[in-house]
Amino acid sequence: MDFNDTAQEAAFRAEVRSWLEANAKPKTAVGFSAENPRFQRNEQEALKIAKAWQAKKAEKRYARITWPKENGGLGGTPMQQVVYNQEESKFDVPSGFFEIGLGMCIPTVTHYASKDVAARYVKPALYGEEIWCQLFSEPSAGSDVAGLRTRAEKDGDDWIINGQKIWTSGAHYSDYGILLTRTDPNVPKHKGLTMFYLSMKAPGVEVRPIKQMSGGANFNEVFFTNVRIPDAQRLGNVGDGWSVALTTLMHERLAVGGGQGGSGADINELLSLARETELEDGPAIRNASVRERIAEWYVRGQGLKYTTYRTLTALSQGRVPGPEASIAKVVVAPKMQDLASFAMDLEDMGGVMTGEDSPMMGAFQQSFMWAPGLRIAGGTDEILKNIIAERVLGLPADIRVDKDIPYNKLPTGR
Amino acid sequence: MNFDFSDDQKMLKDQARKFLTEKCSTKVVRKILEGDEPYDKALWKQIAEMGWLGTAIPEEYGGLGLGHLELCVIAEELGRVVAPVPFASSAYLATEALLIAGSDAQKKKYLPKLASGEWIGTFAIAEGPQPPSPKTLKASLKGGKLDGTKSPVPDGDVADFAVVLAKTAEGQGERTLSLAIVDLKGSGVSRRTVKTVDPSRSQAELSFKGATAEALGPAGDGWDLAKRVLDRAAVLMAFEQVGGADACLVMAKDYALNRYAFGRTIASFQAIKHKLADMYVMNELARSNAYFGAWALSTNASDLPEAAAGARISATDAFHNASKENIQTHGGMGFTWELDCHLYYRRSKMLSLALGASRVWKDRLVNHLEKKNVA
Repeated sequence: MDFNDTAQEAAFRAEVRSWLEANAKPKTAVGFSAENPRFQRNEQEALKIAKAWQAKKAEKRYARITWPKENGGLGGTPMQQVVYNQEESKFDVPSGFFEIGLGMCIPTVTHYASKDVAARYVKPALYGEEIWCQLFSEPSAGSDVAGLRTRAEKDGDDWIINGQKIWTSGAHYSDYGILLTRTDPNVPKHKGLTMFYLSMKAPGVEVRPIKQMSGGANFNEVFFTNVRIPDAQRLGNVGDGWSVALTTLMHERLAVGGGQGGSGADINELLSLARETELEDGPAIRNASVRERIAEWYVRGQGLKYTTYRTLTALSQGRVPGPEASIAKVVVAPKMQDLASFAMDLEDMGGVMTGEDSPMMGAFQQSFMWAPGLRIAGGTDEILKNIIAERVLGLPADIRVDKDIPYNKLPTGR
Repeated sequence: MNFDFSDDQKMLKDQARKFLTEKCSTKVVRKILEGDEPYDKALWKQIAEMGWLGTAIPEEYGGLGLGHLELCVIAEELGRVVAPVPFASSAYLATEALLIAGSDAQKKKYLPKLASGEWIGTFAIAEGPQPPSPKTLKASLKGGKLDGTKSPVPDGDVADFAVVLAKTAEGQGERTLSLAIVDLKGSGVSRRTVKTVDPSRSQAELSFKGATAEALGPAGDGWDLAKRVLDRAAVLMAFEQVGGADACLVMAKDYALNRYAFGRTIASFQAIKHKLADMYVMNELARSNAYFGAWALSTNASDLPEAAAGARISATDAFHNASKENIQTHGGMGFTWELDCHLYYRRSKMLSLALGASRVWKDRLVNHLEKKNVA
């Protein structure tokens, strides 16, 4: 056992690091303070900076390490991607705007579209010139996304789209999207779906930000009113949309080794809060019940970190990672919620304050308000536990009462 | 990044699993649980013959000279079958105490006999139902003679010698304690088997009246050395706990898949699926923390105290959860003597207390985090 790079990994790490040093600035330790530029930039500025950085990365073929060279990638291994991510995370560079497009949408397009079509879209996406979003979830189709309602109806060589999507990250700055629709309501739900891609600037597409309970607006609703899409923008066969969507989601799962979960206030912030906070019997860090909670969360966090190490070991040895990689989010999200709530309790009556009146610029208060979303986004805690139970432990799938019933005969509730 | 066991170590683990599946069914465990024998002597003999007891003992002292990673994989398999043998007392506690504190003469005297299984060793710290500390311990060692009572001592009724933590100076400071080796067959020693929640492993009260004791390590170092021994044993025991927790998950899963209620297998109910998924998550976190402990132990890393605490807290949590929810998954049947669920429930609680409760380890962990932050 050791935590060292192989010779090849070390060489690649050195190469990546020297490029990053020449092209970016190392992160400074401002953390959760007003000096952190992340709290100051607006989205437009952040997007501009991100696009410029993406172009630089793409030029060096670092934008997508594992993609083949003909698609602008480096033709590298998943482990090289991890090494790059690890090194990049030490630098103050933008992230986040292109993950959905490059991680999920473009792989789906290259898989199902013709070579010429794919060639048209791959490079601009890679260079950050065009941003993609994923239009799957609907107000009445979240965990059960195959129950979606957005209709696509054939009209000559075109399709006419009507309906609504929700929780679409980045729709408001996206240029294109991949869109899952219902083309046949007379067959069971999984069988009547078809996938398309479309321009988000097409007439009839309207994007509205959703104001979240946390106050921010990271997601959108997208409305489609008689939007016309040529049949040439169909991905996969009519009625095969579900298997196309599974391809997309499979690529999502392959995108391992990215971030280490949440970027919110975590155990280190709790430790410093406990050091600074005076309780009735002395500093919180000396209080037995506080220490016990700190130890519990620390051990859970370390357990996840070392689980990642096990995954990376598999990648480094050219093996497929084991199922233990699937536990991360179901640990991170509830932990964030509980830890933030506990930290606010330590601040006692003052814990209600947030922003600059609060320790660490209200980092715990922000995590507290963000955590409910994290427990839902990208698979709810409950769906993730189903996935572990079914795919890892081999337990039976839930009994599906809607399996053989035509979509338009399903009970829909309100 | 090579955060995994080697192919050789995995092979050793497979061999251990195969051997124990064959030789240590729950029938064997029940024989000890329900009978008067303190441990399974036939199994112990075979374990000794395979050299497992000397896994981490250098060849010059009669061991295999493999290392702690090898001992970890064996520990996991022993935990999986709740083996009814004094392995932890002898191979983790007594052996580690001698390895870190013994003089060359002491190593030469004791380690070959521990490695061969001819002697069973143990570690005697506790004095009744409260955490042992320099403030509470009373057993005293003066002029090479030990007086006092230690209870419970794991395998104290069968051990040939014990490493004992005793007072060698007045006061309540940490430097008032020392370690000493006591021949339990010598005069001035009486033993009484005590009742425990896990009779598949025996424990005893040891009473000393002027028993002869030889110092192990420098006088005054006892508390510090004891903590170091416990750190090392905690990593090894974490693997036992992880093995036990995994066994519970497998039992619960197999039962749920084959038990039908309301016209379907109960494994298809989300209440059961989510319970087992939670078990899986906790077991994996525990396994990863135990791996880090194994790395720290095998490399003598300065992080060992922190890694050991993390491994122990996580593994204790996982085994406790898995053993109780395994019973719950089995419903009424799980509460019967006949089913094996209680073997794991008993063992889980016993192991969680054996090296000190989680509460104490959590406190120690935060101590290390504080130190690290200051440094």
